[in-house]
Amino acid sequence: MRLDQQLAERWIKPGSRVLDLGCGDGELLAHMAKRLDIDCYGLEIDEDKITSAIGRGLNIIEQDLNDGLGRFADQSFDAVVMAQALQAVKAPDQILLDMVRVGREAIITFPNFAHWKTRSYLGFRGKMPVSEALPYMWYNTPNIHLCTFRDFEALCQANGIKIINRLAVDGDQQGNFFMKHFPNFFGEIAIYRVSRS
Amino acid sequence: MAADSVGIVAPRLESFEDPLILETGRILPRFDLMIETYGTLNADASNAILICHALSGHHHAAGYYAGETKAGWWDSCIGPNKAIDTNLFFVVALNNIGGCNGSTGPTSPNPENDNKPYGPDFPLVTVRDWVNVQARLADRLGIGIWHAVVGGSLGGMQALQWAVDYPQRLKNCAIIASTPKLSAQNIAFNEVARQSILSDPDFHAGRYLEQQTFPKRGLILARMVGHITYLSEEAMKEKFGRDLKSGNFLYGYDVEFQVESYLRYQGEQFSRNFDANTYLIMTKALDYFDPARDHDSKLNQALAPATCRFLIVSFTTDWRFAPSRSQEIVDALITNRQPVSYIDVDAPQGHDSFLFPIPRYVNTLRGFLGQPSGHNLGQNVTKNAPELGTIDQNQTATVAGAAR
Repeated sequence: MRLDQQLAERWIKPGSRVLDLGCGDGELLAHMAKRLDIDCYGLEIDEDKITSAIGRGLNIIEQDLNDGLGRFADQSFDAVVMAQALQAVKAPDQILLDMVRVGREAIITFPNFAHWKTRSYLGFRGKMPVSEALPYMWYNTPNIHLCTFRDFEALCQANGIKIINRLAVDGDQQGNFFMKHFPNFFGEIAIYRVSRS
Repeated sequence: MAADSVGIVAPRLESFEDPLILETGRILPRFDLMIETYGTLNADASNAILICHALSGHHHAAGYYAGETKAGWWDSCIGPNKAIDTNLFFVVALNNIGGCNGSTGPTSPNPENDNKPYGPDFPLVTVRDWVNVQARLADRLGIGIWHAVVGGSLGGMQALQWAVDYPQRLKNCAIIASTPKLSAQNIAFNEVARQSILSDPDFHAGRYLEQQTFPKRGLILARMVGHITYLSEEAMKEKFGRDLKSGNFLYGYDVEFQVESYLRYQGEQFSRNFDANTYLIMTKALDYFDPARDHDSKLNQALAPATCRFLIVSFTTDWRFAPSRSQEIVDALITNRQPVSYIDVDAPQGHDSFLFPIPRYVNTLRGFLGQPSGHNLGQNVTKNAPELGTIDQNQTATVAGAAR
């Protein structure tokens, strides 16, 4: 099972209300709907993915995350999920605050720009890193706000956001001793579960 | 004829002899409905879809009449393997009461007046009245629960009213290019259309049939103003630009620009086939529609009874019922935690977009309608989610969206 699906099953209680930001074709939502009987909406902007997700019987709202979550009431969801989109929005701090406003908990994943490979790429080559996790050139990347474990935690601290869980994994979703203890250096992908303090 | 056409169809008349109490309090002692159906109703009557028509509505939604070449008004969406797939679904379309295409309306004989045409004596009818009539039709056809009620524009209002008034009788509701209520600007356009009819000397206070005439000029004007609002500026520019018929300015008031010619032609065609009193009734039904009115203007309260899944579709260039109007419905449903999906389709055709086979729109509608199933009328869409057999549950994919 995909790690996000495993985590969803661990962190999201059956019968919860879940909002998935950038839900893609709805694979995670469909999984949760089936396994956890959740009540959910997904937000997405890619037209074809929206069509697929609606075809799966999911509730999908076409919305640009850059427009914020104004149409959702405070604390109206048990969990707000955003996988690999934080780095692509115009105001990651605002969307993060919106997520903990709308949801009792938020689950966020993003690529860690401080991973040792990225650091060495930049350090040795002097060029913006291109990797499997960040497969774009600097001029055409949708990832306009890259950050690190430390950056994210500083943002949370500055905004009174509580970190409930933190996981560091590699591109294959595997964690190990080094990633657990030195996430900022060894973790390729950051996974956080947070809430309003 | 294309393989995805329902082929040659014929309308039929359903007569209802029990009185109908209208929202205004007036009573129709009896009424007829002209209907058309496509596809086959299955054994447990679980595959029926109701198509609600828009302003100048007609029961002829798909296929062709024998000897004619013009397809039904929503032929782009209804047919074998089309978005509303007649291989799967039994599709019902009708002419609403107050109409002029065979259902009881202002041109019908008034039993209380020596069977003269009702004319202006035909009562005003509302969207709710139409829905009540459609429910009677469903009873007649043996359809307890619609798989879906689908409509564009004024048809979308009927679909919304269905969800509120008969929540247990529909599973899915598709509201396309519609609005929860008209804006002052919308009402203003309707009023111009009405005044053009009412002020035509041939209108004769609505009794023009008895005078063996009809307010042709008024109808043409009404349709012209309506038509302008159905198209986007872009669509008009694309279609006509500032092209001149003769190539030169003639410095007069005859038709000079292609767009003038087009509007006059459309108006002319319409005036031959449509009844002026029906146009008045239908535009008033539009103006009156406002389910939130009885709920302190709170739309979410009005929609609270609904238990179906919703699909709301808007079009970027629709300025008659702009995307923001559709989003009012979406937001009310979200507030109520009701199942809703929403797409805003980028299309150049303006309000009329809902009549075109725009791939994104029709594919989403098809996906939303899914397959007929004999049970499962649930509050929660996710409980109705199809089996996810096509997804490989064991794949070691990345975190959703990772590394893309």
